[in-house]
Formats: sequence, C-alpha cells, structure tokens
Amino acid sequence: MAIIEVNGLTKQYGDLVAVNDIDFSVQEGEIFGFLGPNGAGKTTTIKMLTGLTRVTSGEVRIDGVDCVRAVKNVQSIIGVVPDESNLYDELSGLDNLAFCAGLYGIRRSEGLQRGLKLLKQFGLEEAKNKPFRTYSKGMKRKLTIAAGIIHRPRILFLDEPTTGIDVVSARQIRNLVLDLNRAGATIFLTTHYIEEAERLCSRVAFIVEGKIRHLDTVENLLEQAREDNILEFVLSNNRVFEEEFLQKAFPENRIEVKGSRVRIHTTEPVGLKSFIDRFTEMDCEVFEARLVRPTLEDVLVRITGLDTSGLKEVRGE
Amino acid sequence: MKTWIAFSSILKKDMSTYYLKPPNISWGIIFPLAWAVMFFIRTGEPMDIRGILPGIMGLSILFGTTSMLAVTITFERRRESFNRLLLAPIDLNLLMLAKTSGAIIFGVANGFVPVLIASFLTSLAGVNWAGVFVGVLLISITSTFMGLFIAVAVREVFEAQTFSNFFRFPMIFLCGLFIPLATLPFWLRPLSYILPLTYGADLLREMLNGEGIFHPGVSLVMLFVFALGLFLFSIRNVKRKWID
Repeated sequence: MAIIEVNGLTKQYGDLVAVNDIDFSVQEGEIFGFLGPNGAGKTTTIKMLTGLTRVTSGEVRIDGVDCVRAVKNVQSIIGVVPDESNLYDELSGLDNLAFCAGLYGIRRSEGLQRGLKLLKQFGLEEAKNKPFRTYSKGMKRKLTIAAGIIHRPRILFLDEPTTGIDVVSARQIRNLVLDLNRAGATIFLTTHYIEEAERLCSRVAFIVEGKIRHLDTVENLLEQAREDNILEFVLSNNRVFEEEFLQKAFPENRIEVKGSRVRIHTTEPVGLKSFIDRFTEMDCEVFEARLVRPTLEDVLVRITGLDTSGLKEVRGE
Repeated sequence: MKTWIAFSSILKKDMSTYYLKPPNISWGIIFPLAWAVMFFIRTGEPMDIRGILPGIMGLSILFGTTSMLAVTITFERRRESFNRLLLAPIDLNLLMLAKTSGAIIFGVANGFVPVLIASFLTSLAGVNWAGVFVGVLLISITSTFMGLFIAVAVREVFEAQTFSNFFRFPMIFLCGLFIPLATLPFWLRPLSYILPLTYGADLLREMLNGEGIFHPGVSLVMLFVFALGLFLFSIRNVKRKWID
C-alpha cells in the first residue's frame, strides 16, 4: 500500500524549475532512496512533502491526506531529519529531545523517558546533560535523528543523514536506519552516496536537474548492471591516460579512467590477455587486473548517461 | 490537550533559553534606572516620579520586547531550528502566539520593574491598578507583535536590531511620552496618531495619574486594532516568505 503518493509535483522559483513534474509513490514499510547530485532537487522535494515549502503545482498525498491543502493533518505521523543538525545549542541533549516530544503533544515526563531510551540506543547516554553545542558532528547527527523519531512517526524523512560525518558514526547511523525500518517505519532517504542507497534502500529514484530519470528496485537495477562485465586494470608507474585517448584505443568498450585505474566495460565475456597486450603496446605495464562487481553508480551511468562526479562513493568502510 | 502541551513547551523553552537569562533580567532592572537617572540629570531637581513613570514603563516594555523577539526568531530562522516548529502539528496562528507569549510575559515583567522601584520612592495611592495592568499588557502585546513584524521582514540578526531601532527611536519622541502631543509641530501629529505606543502611554498616564488625553476606551480599541493588525500581517508574511 502506498503511504506517499506524488503526482506531477513541481516547484518553481521565478524562472528556475527546482523540481519538474515528478511522480512517484512510496510503499508503507519500505526504505525509498532519493538519489541525485547536489542541487538536483532532493531537499526541495522533502520540503514540499513535509510542508516547509509551498508546492507550485502537482499533488502530494501522505496516508491518503492531501498535503498541498492540509499538511498539518499529517505532520503528527511524519518525522523529519534535515540535512543540517538544527537542534538548540543551549539545551542539553535530553532537554532537546523532551522539547521536540512536547511539540507533538507528548508530556515532558513521557518525553524525558523516551529521550533517555533513545540516548541509550544511540550511544549518547553519557552526554545527555551536556549542551548540544558541545557535541561532535557525529553526535549531533545522531541526536538530530533521535529528535526526528521521538514522537514515533510512521514515516521518516532523512535528508543526507551521513553527509560530513566520520566513518564510524556514518555506519552507526545506517544501522539505526535499518533498525527503525525493521521496527515498521517507512523511510524516505535522500543521499548523494550511491553505496549508501545500495546498502539501505529497497527502491531508488534518480533525480537530476529536478527530474526523475529512473526509478526501480535496487535488485532490478543491479540485475541490469550484471549484464555488464567490468574489468579494472591498475597501471604501473602511476601512468595516467586521458579517457578520450583510451576510448579511441578501445572503441568497442566503454572506458572509465580514475587516476592510474582504468575500467573497461564489456557486454560479452572477454579474455584479459588481449587488453594486457594492448596496454603493453602503449608502453604501459599492467600492475593488477580484476573483475569488479557493478555498483549502483555503474547502473546510474548506464541508464542516465550521467557524469557521476557530483555523486560520491562511500568505499573503504 | 496536545496543542496546549505543544504551546507550553515552546513558551517554557523560550523563557528558560532567552528571557530568564541573567543578562535579560539585569536589562529589565538597569534600563528603567538609566532612564530615571537621565531625567534626574536633565532636570537637576527632585523628579515628579509619578509623572515620568508612564514614559519609563512604556519604553521599558517597548525596548524589552521588540528587539528580543525579533532577534530570537531571526536567530532561530538562521539556524533553521525554527523549521522544527513549522514541522510540528500545530496551527500556525497558535504556533506564533506560543512563540510570542514569552516576549509578552517578559514585557509585562519589564513594565512593572519601574513601578516596583517607584513604590520605594513615592506614594502610588489612587492608581487604577487593573487599568495599569491592562495598559502594560496591551503595550507588551503590540510591541511584541511589532518585533514579530520586524522578524518576518529581515534575514539577519543585525538587520533585526537595526530595523527595530528604525521604529523605536522615532516612537520615543512622537508618542507623547516625553514631549506632549500638543507641543509637537502640527505636521508631525498625524504620525503620532498611527503609533501604538501613543495610545499605550496615554492609557498608562490616565490610569496612573488621571492625565490622559484620549478616552481610555479609544486607547484600548486602538491598541487592540494595532495588535490584531500587526499579528495578522505578520502571519500573512510568514506564510508568504517562510513557507515559500
């Protein structure tokens, strides 16, 4: 059952069309990824869905309620974690949570109880009485997420939850997101970390320049990519080739160059030797060669033909 | 019930975070004292304390409420913590009332500090206290909503301060607190009549000393109209500019 339904949603600021006639739906209980580079329209979409920005045209229904007309009627069942940690610097972690609970009509005693439980769950118990301003960036993100779920929302909007924080905190937050989803929450996640979407989401939509370019399950998208064979060659002596030059050398394949690593995409199984020989002819020794599992990024490039330089990877964790 | 809990949460948070901080409490005491000393230096002789009391009360409220509210709301807007309030399932009118209640209470408290000080220095017999309270409350409400109007008009905290003074300083001289309206140049008087503090100060003068120039009913109606007008105009701007 769709808990979020969006039809023809558009947001225009003067001549600038930030979100351009997008349609999608989110099923109850799923983690829906909204993926795109910076400035693609992800945050604007969240703001329209949650009532922080007026809709220029289109329709938004959350749990059957027309949010363009009566968003206040659904705000009790949604939680929002913005891309910036926007709690109150002067208040302690626990007071921030109790205050946020109060905004949803939860008594202070109950808010404090829930707050303590969340602080424990998020590993912030020891910092419960410290002012928010003294928290590290990772702690701030975790407390901001806790504030977004203190009223136990059915739908949680997470805007770039792991951007700009350390690897350990990012991993903890991803695990928390999965736990919340297992507990029954529907999650709408925006990110520009492709692997984050791959790890967490059941379906993803790619938004670019305000338009949804593709929407499918992660499984289906990766299945499409499995038709690709990606061979990665690490060239010796840090030899760096121009992508254009290599593309001419291997016209039948799509080429990607990342420093001294060259990725060659083929749709047919091929022998390594022919490639190694051609690199040798170019006076370049191959230091390492391996078969790479296609990622969501590969799918994105293949489907949309986009340059993914605006999208980031979260490898090495 | 849930709405009331949300309302009181916002009010309590603002009181503890902003209005009950030591610098603000000391402001409420130092400001009227400074004005009283200024009058003493200016006249160089024992003051008519009851005579200057309405003026000092009016200014204490005006200065205490407008900038505090304008600055705190602009500050929260800049840090985006104000979005938390907009995301809460509370009607926007009620939300803004909750957000302004702290400043109104702060204004009422500020208004009575000069009264407390005056009570040690002179007799306050014959004062219509109920009328004084209504006057102080209405000046607090209109001044606070003026702060809200300023908060919605600006983006930066420093702009809130500057814009507050743009309204407040002319008001000091035009509202009849220290310069009687009758002695103002003829062409300036219409400006006095469109300032809420003119009616607030006159109401206080009437209730404290029986020296008002307008009928109290006129002042009450005018203050109510100013409060309602400023609030509705600000809400309209919040919808237009903040939920864009």
